[in-house]
Amino acid sequence: MPIAQPQSSSSRDPETQESPRLRLSHLKLLEAESIAIFREVASEFERPVMLYSVGKDSSVMLRLAQKAFFPGPIPFPLMHVDTGFKFAEMLTFRDEMARSIGAELLVWRNESAIAAGTNPIALDTKRCCGLLKTQALLDGLRHYNFDAAFGGARRDEEKSRAKERIYSFRDEAGQWDPKNQRPELWNLYNGRIHSGESIRVFPLSNWTEMDVWQYIHAENIPIVDLYFAKERPMFVRPLPGGQDMLLPIEQDFVARKGEKPQMVKSRLRSLGCTPCTGAIRSDATTLPEIIAELLQFRSSERANRIIDHDQEGSMEIKKREGYF
Amino acid sequence: MLVDAENFSISEFLAQEREKDLLRFSTAGSVDDGKSTLIGRLLYDTQSVYEDQVKSIEGKGTTAPGQIDFALLTDGLRAEREQGITIDVAYRYFSTPRRKFIIADTPGHEQYTRNMATGSSTADATVVLIDAGKGVLVQSRRHAYIASLLRVRHLLVAVNKMDLIGYDQATFRTIELDFRKVLDQIAEDTGNPVDAIFVPVSALRGDNIVHKTNAMPWYTGPSLLELLEQLPRSQDTTSEPFRFPVQRVTRPDHTFRGFAGQIASGTVRPGDTITVQPSGRTALVERIVTWDGDLPIAHAPLSVTLVLDRELDISRGDLIGSTDQPSHLTNHVKASLVWMDQRPLELNRRYVLKHTSQIVPAVVASIDHRTNVATLAHEGAATLEMNSIGVVNLVLLRPAAFDRYALNRTTGAFILIDTETNGTVAAGMVTGTSHSSDSEESQDTGSWGPVTAGERESRWGHRGAILELTGPFSLIDSIERSLFTVGVVSIRLNPDAALFRADPALFQSVIDLQTKAGILAIIVRPGEPGILLARSEGQEIILEAGETMKAVSAIHQLLHRTGVFTSNEQAGL
Ligand SMILES: Nc1nc2c(ncn2[C@@H]2O[C@H](COP(=O)(O)OP(=O)(O)O)[C@@H](O)[C@H]2O)c(=O)[nH]1
Ligand SMILES: [Mg+2]
Repeated sequence: MPIAQPQSSSSRDPETQESPRLRLSHLKLLEAESIAIFREVASEFERPVMLYSVGKDSSVMLRLAQKAFFPGPIPFPLMHVDTGFKFAEMLTFRDEMARSIGAELLVWRNESAIAAGTNPIALDTKRCCGLLKTQALLDGLRHYNFDAAFGGARRDEEKSRAKERIYSFRDEAGQWDPKNQRPELWNLYNGRIHSGESIRVFPLSNWTEMDVWQYIHAENIPIVDLYFAKERPMFVRPLPGGQDMLLPIEQDFVARKGEKPQMVKSRLRSLGCTPCTGAIRSDATTLPEIIAELLQFRSSERANRIIDHDQEGSMEIKKREGYF
Repeated sequence: MLVDAENFSISEFLAQEREKDLLRFSTAGSVDDGKSTLIGRLLYDTQSVYEDQVKSIEGKGTTAPGQIDFALLTDGLRAEREQGITIDVAYRYFSTPRRKFIIADTPGHEQYTRNMATGSSTADATVVLIDAGKGVLVQSRRHAYIASLLRVRHLLVAVNKMDLIGYDQATFRTIELDFRKVLDQIAEDTGNPVDAIFVPVSALRGDNIVHKTNAMPWYTGPSLLELLEQLPRSQDTTSEPFRFPVQRVTRPDHTFRGFAGQIASGTVRPGDTITVQPSGRTALVERIVTWDGDLPIAHAPLSVTLVLDRELDISRGDLIGSTDQPSHLTNHVKASLVWMDQRPLELNRRYVLKHTSQIVPAVVASIDHRTNVATLAHEGAATLEMNSIGVVNLVLLRPAAFDRYALNRTTGAFILIDTETNGTVAAGMVTGTSHSSDSEESQDTGSWGPVTAGERESRWGHRGAILELTGPFSLIDSIERSLFTVGVVSIRLNPDAALFRADPALFQSVIDLQTKAGILAIIVRPGEPGILLARSEGQEIILEAGETMKAVSAIHQLLHRTGVFTSNEQAGL
């Protein structure tokens, strides 16, 4: 897999080369803000970690972290919370990525829940996420005693995320209190905590899905192949209203009676767990095609995730409990 | 976002996107003036919300049947939807072919005024809503005041709910006249000019928000969105003095030593002369390093890494800045303070102040006045309660490099943090140095008599300074003894002494007097076992407490390096 390396001498970014130009593009401005956040956290906290989910947002975060500490290495480890339901391509990509940039990678799994056969069909999605994601995450953070954890969440993803601070304070149980957040003014982040408490940090807070894709394109950032359209085997489940739902066939327990896999030209818009991530029909095989497709979308990226619309406000509830 | 499917070219689109800049604006106005509705409308009419998001709110909310309650698109917390109000700042994003926008939707209730300040702190513009049926309310004044205090340059005043008053032009004009008077008074009080533009709108119906409808033919100006697209970004500080707070020293190996940070203002080029504060040392910029290659020029707000032409001791919290126009190094700061915590301000209690990338213990020594935001009257006050705003005088435990907030929104801003709860309790904007330092300074030196600082320095071989030592007192004893042996005139001060605990400002004055008299003030604190932390003139070293001789000589070297020792003898060299 090709991993982009920094250019040695001359910048290929015409914007900062040309002198003196006052207008910085929105992507440059977002990048500058995110880099400053990375540097601040790495300096203020004893044990930061980056939650690396292998998705497109994590890929952007990783690149920003590389930029923030260049020419030095990223001064903290990456942690992947593996639910056991991740696409095989994601795991290969993850290991290769960490290896090629020389980052330390930690993988955390809730082994006992996985061994007990936890899955979203046997339980409901809410309890499944609670065990395999939230519980695993909290255990992993506690195990390594991390006091700050970077996450790739963006405020445009969901209404309760829109309220979240860049430094999001968590109490000893890892919980978020949306009604009692620290005011966050200018770029002055308050990272003071008592022992046992922690901060979740969201360097991509002000990025939108469109920004992320444009940045991946502009910067040539490697991403998992699942984002690009290909003929893939899917369970096709009709939905009321004439549309259908595409379910990747990685786990056969998601199939309902009589459902047989079909080859469908499709891709994933966001990467989650295999039983809960729907694919979309698509012909987009390049980044510009993905961006063009994004412009036509009439629904948000999370609509393809089964977890969020269990219940109005379900994300807020999960976040209060410690979810990212 | 709107796409014309037929003539669409993705490469053209991407080229256009590369040109797009970014504007941040906040909303303000009293409860129910229609802020959330207006934002929902902006998002909806620029096609920035997805169908599933619209679907999830259809048939809900407080509007008439069939009418979408756009406020539900932004009120993201359950409590907010249940109570139908905005509690906390929500950030929303949308974009037009010209610009990307970040909106801070802020709450209107008085008890959430602090969130309004939060939303304004990074805004280039504020959209102030006024309900056409109600006119200018106290909250409208309060919010305009905060926006001006936080130096939001552009106010777009949206006179909303015009549909409820039959789109009456005369009412609109009266409100404009009323509010312009208020704004003039506010600008006079805060010292920050405000540019206001008035637009009559109906957020609910969409008149003059994105599109101009024919509801108000008498209004010939642009729609609110057109105005937002045209506003200059007030944060463009390219031609201001260079300011670069050091966030981190990047030292991957012995061949590279760079200072990482985000340019707060101004422009930098290789070859520029810079001065580091607080040390006052000067150097030339050798390289501007980024992952994408070295830059021939960089300006705010880029995040870069600077390499200098010589070895200077620079650490996190130092400010690299213009040599010709340096920041003001002081520990007496006068500032406007917005109090944000339930627990009111306590004079002379120790808080920590975060300013750029540094944290300094500080006390509020006195309050000049509290501003009654409704009347703009200055009232005497013994404290500041939550949501009140006043001008105060702070004393910092060590000097820091400040600019006035009116000149620099980064190096002029700070927050105060409560050391017990760790909460952010106040937002501060520097208005100057407090008179107690400047004027008293000259008086004090005047009353000291004929022996000058220079004479003291040449007699003693060192100048007045602070040496902070945190660690085992037995080791500190040895250090003090060895300093005495080489002729250092020092005094040992313990901030935990009952006298100083009762009056931290007294502690500060004592230190000031001692250091001005050329004495080395050694501030001692118990620390963690086994470690000695030493700090002087902005430089900090950590030593193993076990090795007494090593630690003692490291302290001598530190004082030599920082220029406190003016003769080599004492450095033991
Ligand atoms: N008739 C009319 N009602 C409006 C308009 N804008 C907002 N409203 C209504 O005013 C109420 C308060 O609006 P909201 O957006 O929640 O106000 P906020 O508290 O400022 O965020 C809601 O019932 C809205 O539907 C308008 O332009 N015309
Ligand atoms: Mg509201």
